Amino acid sequence: METLLNEVFVAKVEDLPEKIGKTTVVGELELAIFKLDNGRIHAIENRCPHKGGVLAEGMVSGEHVFCPMHDWKISVKDGKVQEPDEGCVQTFDVAIKNGEVYVLLPDK
Amino acid sequence: MAKQKLVLIGNGMAGIRAVEEVIKLSPEKFEITVFGSEPYPNYNRIELSKVLQGDTKIDDITLNNWQWYEENNILLYPGETVTVIDKDRQRIFTDKDRQVDFDKLIIATGSVPFMLPLPGADKEGVTAFRDIKDCEKMMECAKEYKKAVVIGGGLLGLEAARGLLNLGMEVDVVHIADYLMERQLDKTAGKMLQRELEEQGMNFLLEKQSAEITGKDRVEGLKFKDGEEIEADLVVMAVGIRPNISLAKESGIPVNRGIIVNDHLETQIPNIFAVGECAEHREMVYGLVSPLYQQGKEMALKICELEGEGYEGSVLSTQLKVSGVDVFSTGKINEEEGTKTIKVFDDWKGIYKKVLIDDGKITGAVLFGDTKDGNRLLSLINKGAAIEEYTDTDGADEVGADLVAGMPDEEIICGCNGVTKGAIVESINRQGLSTVEEVKGCTNASRSCGGCKSLVSELLEHTLGDEFNQNIKESICACTTLSKEEVVEEIKAKGLTHTKEVMNVLGWNSEEGCSKCKPALNYYLGMLNPKEYQDEKQSRFVNERLHANIQKDGTYSVVPRMYGGVTNSNDLRKIADVADKYEVKLIKVTGGQRLDLLGVEKEDLPHIWSELDMPSGSAYSKGLRTVKTCVGADFCRFGTQDSIGLGVRLEKKFEGLNTPHKVKMSVSACPRNCAEGSVKDIGVVGLDGEFEIYVGGNGGTHMRKAELLCKVKTEEEVIDTSAAFLQYYREDATYLERTSAWVERVGFDKIKSVLSDKKKFMDLNHRMNEALSVLKDPWKEALEDQNILKDLYQNVKVPSDSY
Ligand code: SRM
Ligand SMILES: Cc1cc2nc3c(=O)[nH]c(=O)nc-3n(C[C@H](O)[C@H](O)[C@H](O)COP(=O)(O)OP(=O)(O)OC[C@H]3O[C@@H](n4cnc5c(N)ncnc54)[C@H](O)[C@@H]3O)c2cc1C
Ligand code: SF4
Ligand code: FES
Repeated sequence: METLLNEVFVAKVEDLPEKIGKTTVVGELELAIFKLDNGRIHAIENRCPHKGGVLAEGMVSGEHVFCPMHDWKISVKDGKVQEPDEGCVQTFDVAIKNGEVYVLLPDK
Repeated sequence: MAKQKLVLIGNGMAGIRAVEEVIKLSPEKFEITVFGSEPYPNYNRIELSKVLQGDTKIDDITLNNWQWYEENNILLYPGETVTVIDKDRQRIFTDKDRQVDFDKLIIATGSVPFMLPLPGADKEGVTAFRDIKDCEKMMECAKEYKKAVVIGGGLLGLEAARGLLNLGMEVDVVHIADYLMERQLDKTAGKMLQRELEEQGMNFLLEKQSAEITGKDRVEGLKFKDGEEIEADLVVMAVGIRPNISLAKESGIPVNRGIIVNDHLETQIPNIFAVGECAEHREMVYGLVSPLYQQGKEMALKICELEGEGYEGSVLSTQLKVSGVDVFSTGKINEEEGTKTIKVFDDWKGIYKKVLIDDGKITGAVLFGDTKDGNRLLSLINKGAAIEEYTDTDGADEVGADLVAGMPDEEIICGCNGVTKGAIVESINRQGLSTVEEVKGCTNASRSCGGCKSLVSELLEHTLGDEFNQNIKESICACTTLSKEEVVEEIKAKGLTHTKEVMNVLGWNSEEGCSKCKPALNYYLGMLNPKEYQDEKQSRFVNERLHANIQKDGTYSVVPRMYGGVTNSNDLRKIADVADKYEVKLIKVTGGQRLDLLGVEKEDLPHIWSELDMPSGSAYSKGLRTVKTCVGADFCRFGTQDSIGLGVRLEKKFEGLNTPHKVKMSVSACPRNCAEGSVKDIGVVGLDGEFEIYVGGNGGTHMRKAELLCKVKTEEEVIDTSAAFLQYYREDATYLERTSAWVERVGFDKIKSVLSDKKKFMDLNHRMNEALSVLKDPWKEALEDQNILKDLYQNVKVPSDSY
């Protein structure tokens, strides 16, 4: 079965801070959006699989974010929790058009 | 060939170590199944003492994690107890109705703590100290109750007592003998130990026999045979352990005190082995890991059908794991007729050393206060060495790397795991090891009680020489091998200006560092170059980026400054109004004499700050937190100085300063010290005509009493001395090192001597003023900068109709 994806506009690229997460609320969903040093933009669910820490406030290093609650290290690219901890967070595809950032979300 | 089935009963320290040995010898030979009553992977029971004392956490004492079992194809049944061994059909049964056949069986069921059969021993609040469950029970109890009684003044009892003290309880230790640790120490050492522990706050009731535990459902007290009675909310029984042999006994495996085994750890039933505290070898039952590990080695050889010399018994040595106390004993403790001794007794420094000699050979030793000779004496006893071998090399002044340099290769460094100097040096050289952690991983040295860590580190230093110095003393984090000192030197020498540059130029092995080194580098850069350095928001932990403490639910707290704990009706009104308007979840008086508004949404923070129009209290910062004050001379009948006035001056001077870790101060106006100067980083006590300045105190995880730095006459001198001390701390300490830890590491005398050097004192003050000159109130700064407000405090909200 195909899932329909919606392209949702969130912000202009220039409006996102670098190497600091942005809390983004879309309806029920809360995302953490990161603009990395290499210019790439990633979106993941703003909820640490450990105890629900707000990942948008974590420290960003390379392609990882450290959860502000108990320092789990999580990839913002594929959502994987790094060893020795385990788990993953949901990731969302991001499209950039004309300097605008869109997140691809499954249909409501 | 089909694999043989090896079953282990008891997922504890001895059993799993034996299995590790088996896997090392014959990785493919066995299909291994392990049963353990406790619901955890194998953990370091020894470290329960450190957990209770707050030096480590339960999560950190795992020895073999779940993954280890998986990687070695071991089928583990945690939380499952073996109930029957059918020795004829070679099969075991469990409490979960499982049955498993075996070709070889290891019984490693350990011990059970001995509980005195006193009336009332089944009441709530009575516990042993053996496993994680007991440890958790005590930690829970300490949250609610005050008064603990430990029955048993041996190793375990004293370690438990120290832990309970650290958890904030009052502790009585009840002991049946007339001095402590009578099985490991002689009377002189036992009494010295008692004195030391009394100073740490323990209370002893010696030569006391318990008779009854009183109370309703829960304990309320302990009664003695002599009729005396004391109060107790918690009773810990640490009177001894008994080999856990019931399963073996009921299954018809011959036992005495323990399960009887031969030199190859075979029981009297074919294919069934026993190892650890449950086993009895040559009429000895051991209760320390070192002999158990030796047993495991010999047993593994037999199980793998390889030749071994067999286990011949062990000479024991004991060490007490209580911080601030060094005790060691091995072999024989008390002289008999004909025993000669070498004794050193220095009551002043609190050092006692006794070496026992029979027929010219060393047979035992008791050390108090200075235990660095311990392992050497143990290995000399094991070798049956003549006393000359000790006295000839008895370099009492040798320390550190010189000491280890003089040791022969066969000298045991890690007593628990029987690892020799030779073995460690060889793996350092062959495998290129450079840290204590690596040595631990490769040789097992320091993996159990950790008592030999400093020796291992000295061996590294000795073996690697200069390389070690460049290599790691303690590197900042896993991203680099450089220590803090080296990084700071490089930043200065190369004029590095931001964290990423430091990482690139100094060859970090990760592109952008980690959550440890980023904030550390950000601190060092700012400390070295306060005027030019641009603080990096992205290298700050959330609290210091948002200038508010994050809460578990992602909301924040707001703590405005309340200088010296003094407020006024206007400020209180503003706080009340803001609390109402923003529906703050809780208003709390903090331990730092001010008010905390808890449960604030991130987006509301700037509004609240703006409406409060008060400076930030930095309750989140690695910087100056509070200056607590007492009421002082203006009101108090004992007050000699204006403690509030001075406290406010200090707080105004140092507010907003960045320091390696948080800094707390206080000013009291007489020796009653109502503002608790003895547990502050800087505690000022006003006396008639002068002030005492105490430094290096800590009331947190690792309690430390502050030491008297100096006495001065004027408030100005207090301020300048505080500035010099703090600046020295800022420059010299490692990031996240409190002043208490720093003072311990550097040495109080060193700090005193630096600060008494006039020129250095002035320079430190000068550099402090420079650092202070660029500080801005962070809340104001945020409110005045649209970019900060937008980047940090505003969420993106996607309107639902666009989606
Ligand atoms: C608010 C307060 C408790 C209270 O309601 O009274 C508090 C709250 C926290 N303390 Fe504390 N401490 C508070 C006074 C203390 C005190 C008592 C004092 O300062 O007089 C101590 C012991 C004294 C000392 O530090 O020497 C104290 C020892 C600690 C420690 C252990 C520090 C240590 O060196 O061992 C930590 C952990 C740390 O800093 O790493 C800590 C950490 C924390 C944190 C920041 C934990 C965190 O990282 O989230 C807590 C924030 C709670 C929150 O959700 O907002 N808190 N904390 C107190 C704030 C005082 C203030 O006005 O600024
Ligand atoms: C607080 C504390 C501090 C200590 N400090 C030191 C120290 O500094 N130095 C030192 O050398 N030693 C120390 N010891 C002693 C050391 O921990 C023990 O000697 C060691 O753990 C014994 O190992 P073991 O495998 O024989 O028993 P254990 O580690 O107790 O393992 C036995 C395991 O078998 C399980 N078991 C029992 N029966 C069954 C069954 N029928 N089915 C399934 N599982 C079963 C038990 O639940 C337990 O987990 C300390 C002990 C304590 C409690
Ligand atoms: S410290 Fe002295 S002046 Fe301050 S309240 Fe106590 S008794 Fe009074
Ligand atoms: S909630 Fe993220 S690490 Fe614990």
